[in-house]
Amino acid sequence: MSEIGRPPPRTWRPPIDLVICWIALLLLLGLTVVLSYQPLASLNFAVAMTIAAIKAGLVAAIFMELRHRSGVVRAFAAAGFFWLAILLWLGLMDFLTRT
Amino acid sequence: MTMPTRRSRNVSDRSDIAEHLATVPQRDEVLELGMWTFLSTEVLLFGGLILSYFVYRHADPQAFLAAGRETKIVIGTLNTALLLTSSFCVAAALRAAEHEQRRTTRALLGLAIVLGLTFLGLKSFEYIEEYREHLVPGVNFARAGENAHGIELFFIFYFVATLLHAVHVLCGIGVLAVFAALATATIARSRYVAGLRTAALYWHFVDLVWIFLFALIYLPGRSS
Repeated sequence: MSEIGRPPPRTWRPPIDLVICWIALLLLLGLTVVLSYQPLASLNFAVAMTIAAIKAGLVAAIFMELRHRSGVVRAFAAAGFFWLAILLWLGLMDFLTRT
Repeated sequence: MTMPTRRSRNVSDRSDIAEHLATVPQRDEVLELGMWTFLSTEVLLFGGLILSYFVYRHADPQAFLAAGRETKIVIGTLNTALLLTSSFCVAAALRAAEHEQRRTTRALLGLAIVLGLTFLGLKSFEYIEEYREHLVPGVNFARAGENAHGIELFFIFYFVATLLHAVHVLCGIGVLAVFAALATATIARSRYVAGLRTAALYWHFVDLVWIFLFALIYLPGRSS
């Protein structure tokens, strides 16, 4: 209610944590493309998925603000990925263990 | 103190809480939990697709490397950068809304929408190129050799996954457009911010899915 009379600040700059996260994401994107052209044999796939996971972690923690959230919200956010882990783990069990 | 009216820019928060909710923070947390519950179903939707990708890739690894080389890495990389930047815009728009900078909020959401539309435009161009190169299974797919069947499987995954993702981008653009339009409307600030926070979660999730699709579709086979 009291906010009606309060003049908003004249200039607004994007928060520094968001800017750093955005630049980090673009750098990681460049890095993953450059590394995909290096002959690392089977490591290429592991490197690509690791960098993707780091990028996803940055988006979840900073853009989705999970680092500021309570345990309940984090548990809800983690649930889907926990089920996904079960799906991929059991779904790929045969292929990962067959010799 | 004057009682706020519906005409004032910041109507009372109390009047915006449903009966079964006690406080504004509770309402905000319930909104977020609801969106995360929905996003869990989305994780499993795309997760099932990605499981099928791994199964077929395991069955025919060389074909998937050959198929990865056929994708347009320049467009794919540019599109990833566009979505990452749009996510930044939406995150910044939310902060601006929290600080009552509604014009900035609207400008940032507008920018995110333009980036999303550019993403879809580039994706359409990519589809046209793939059609010209006879890479569309069931329509005009034409590859010969021992890898042909595996490449076709890869492109079935490619079209299903990216079309499904594009539908999500389109829905996200619609949701962002609503919040851009409402940015200067007569709504209690905390209610608008809570709604925008929920919408932002959806947009970031669409970005998150693309990060993995990019790694699975565009990066395989580049080093060989």
